[in-house]
Amino acid sequence: MILNNAIPQCVLTGAHFLDGDCACSEGAIAAGANFAAGYPITPSTEVVEHFASRIPTVGGVFLQMEDELASSIAILGATWGGAKAFTVTSGPGFSLMMEHIGYAAMTETPCVFVDVQRGGPSTGLPTLPGQADMMQARWGSHGDYEIIALCPNSPQECFDLTIDAFNLAEEFRIPVLVMMDECVGHMTEKVVIPPASDIKLFPRRYTSLPPSEYLPYRPGPDGIPEMARAGEGYRTEVTGLTHDEHGYPAMNWQAQKKLVSRLLGKIRNNLDRITRWEERGLEDAEVVVVAYGITSRVAERAMQMARAEGLQVGLLRPVVVWPFPEKRVRELAARVRSFVVVEINYGQIVHEVERCAGGQARAVFVGHGGGAVHEPEEILQAMREAAQ
Amino acid sequence: MSALTTINPVEPFLRADRMPHIWCPGCGIGTTVNCFARALVESKLPIEKVAVVSGIGCTGRVAGYLHLDSFHTTHGRAIPFATGLKLANPDLNVVVYSGDGDLIAIGGNHFIHAARRNVDITVICVNNFTYGMTGGQVAPTTPVGATASTSPYGCFERPFNLPFLAESSGAVYVARWTTYHVRHVAHAMVEAFQKKGFSFIEILSPCPTLYQRRNKMGDGLDTMRYYKQHSVIRNGAHTREVDINLQGDIIVGKFVDIERPTLHETMEQQLREKLQDRYAGGGGA
Repeated sequence: MILNNAIPQCVLTGAHFLDGDCACSEGAIAAGANFAAGYPITPSTEVVEHFASRIPTVGGVFLQMEDELASSIAILGATWGGAKAFTVTSGPGFSLMMEHIGYAAMTETPCVFVDVQRGGPSTGLPTLPGQADMMQARWGSHGDYEIIALCPNSPQECFDLTIDAFNLAEEFRIPVLVMMDECVGHMTEKVVIPPASDIKLFPRRYTSLPPSEYLPYRPGPDGIPEMARAGEGYRTEVTGLTHDEHGYPAMNWQAQKKLVSRLLGKIRNNLDRITRWEERGLEDAEVVVVAYGITSRVAERAMQMARAEGLQVGLLRPVVVWPFPEKRVRELAARVRSFVVVEINYGQIVHEVERCAGGQARAVFVGHGGGAVHEPEEILQAMREAAQ
Repeated sequence: MSALTTINPVEPFLRADRMPHIWCPGCGIGTTVNCFARALVESKLPIEKVAVVSGIGCTGRVAGYLHLDSFHTTHGRAIPFATGLKLANPDLNVVVYSGDGDLIAIGGNHFIHAARRNVDITVICVNNFTYGMTGGQVAPTTPVGATASTSPYGCFERPFNLPFLAESSGAVYVARWTTYHVRHVAHAMVEAFQKKGFSFIEILSPCPTLYQRRNKMGDGLDTMRYYKQHSVIRNGAHTREVDINLQGDIIVGKFVDIERPTLHETMEQQLREKLQDRYAGGGGA
């Protein structure tokens, strides 16, 4: 697939001082997003406020909808109409959006959902951080499906990973989730926005076939079908029901197996291309700290402290959390003593680390109920235990 | 005189390869689809520029049988999907085609907000007073006293008066007909397609399998006779006065036909005014 360059008028090239929410918004605009629908919710609202202010000068629409159900399907309508679209929310709104993550997965509608995580459950801690939506991101909608979820740990990454999210959404025709947290969303740091020519965009997979030869859900060689934009004469049927290659409902287990296994395969057969992580000091590590989002930055400080004490600690930071870097964790588990998993929840990704480690290495969990980030000392203490 | 033709004039609009459809004998939804196809012929809209969006339920299956850009969405959310579709692609004529439960119960919030915004879409609501697909449960349109599977002793909630709800929320075109009034229905659809803004057509339709049978109202034909005998055409009637009761007359007609700038127009105007040369356009996102 030949990648396109970003459109210069959409890219605020230069060095900026931005918070993560605004950086995410700029990332979306740079990626060519020209439609967003949202509903106000702390701590995510700045993303759409920024978009609402900027997009009319770039070309596109922001619409504040009546709720998150409306926002999360308005973007899907916009996508079929030809737009690049996304929505933004936080915990309670994310819960409401689950049905449309499933609908987007089933109808293979490329789109981006941003969740700026706060403390939960329910209304929880609206203004304070959490990382407890990670399993909801993976499994929150009903049925079997696969998504990709990215976890930025800085405003710079909020910009960069939002672009990546749009590219992955187009490449695999799936909903992609940007799982931020309140700290990353509200912290202000230097964000360097490159020239448009350095930003590569995955184009929509529009078909070049004439309508008479086109089947909307016939997979290409890579398992991914081509799209047709509404209004171009293809007159296709799109349904959330189990469907055949015509897009027609097919109510039987054979059609279900064929469709759902293909949807899962888009991700499961491409793990090496999709999974992404950062690692530090793993060469000689006996203890591997696993952390993502804001927590990875606290964990890094703890790692420095541990190294100063002579502990051989390394860091594994999943940048793409879903699909999980299973292969890498499995490799490490075969040679390290233990993992220390740090997250602002009472245990989510730690289960994934344990599963991948398969009993070969111990996993020590450092949880936090939300509302603050960890103290490096808590993590250090766990590292000391894990090194025993 | 045109030559005798054996071609069904509505066939080009249908996915013939999906027939037979799922609707019961005597159901009125198919009748409305025929009206819709005839309205498309009459309105001469370019067929590739018509998109139909449905929610879930018996009427929710309409989109899938129409050979158009058709979207069978989630329960209650056809209208916000259509809103996104229309804003992203303003050249499309976007029609939401769904049932009373879908549009007015689970989707009620979207209905009033789309009318308020005056999104340039047409909403066709086939009102059969019940949830057909799931077995005949009580709906927000079920008349007081009517029996449904979840109101076995009769419905005790006051139903919505849909034309009144649509008008008071801001719809610029509001009509109600029954499946007996096929020419009126088709004509109303033509008018609604041409109307700029949020146009709404309620079509009363029999559900002989569940609603009529359970309420001892006979079959589909008996219902057509009832519609014939009890419909009172009152164009321009105040929508406040068109409530539907379990028995008695049904007021039908075109109730509202006014002009009001659409969402797209007000958005464009406001942004152009404020941003002037800096406005890069929103239409065709």
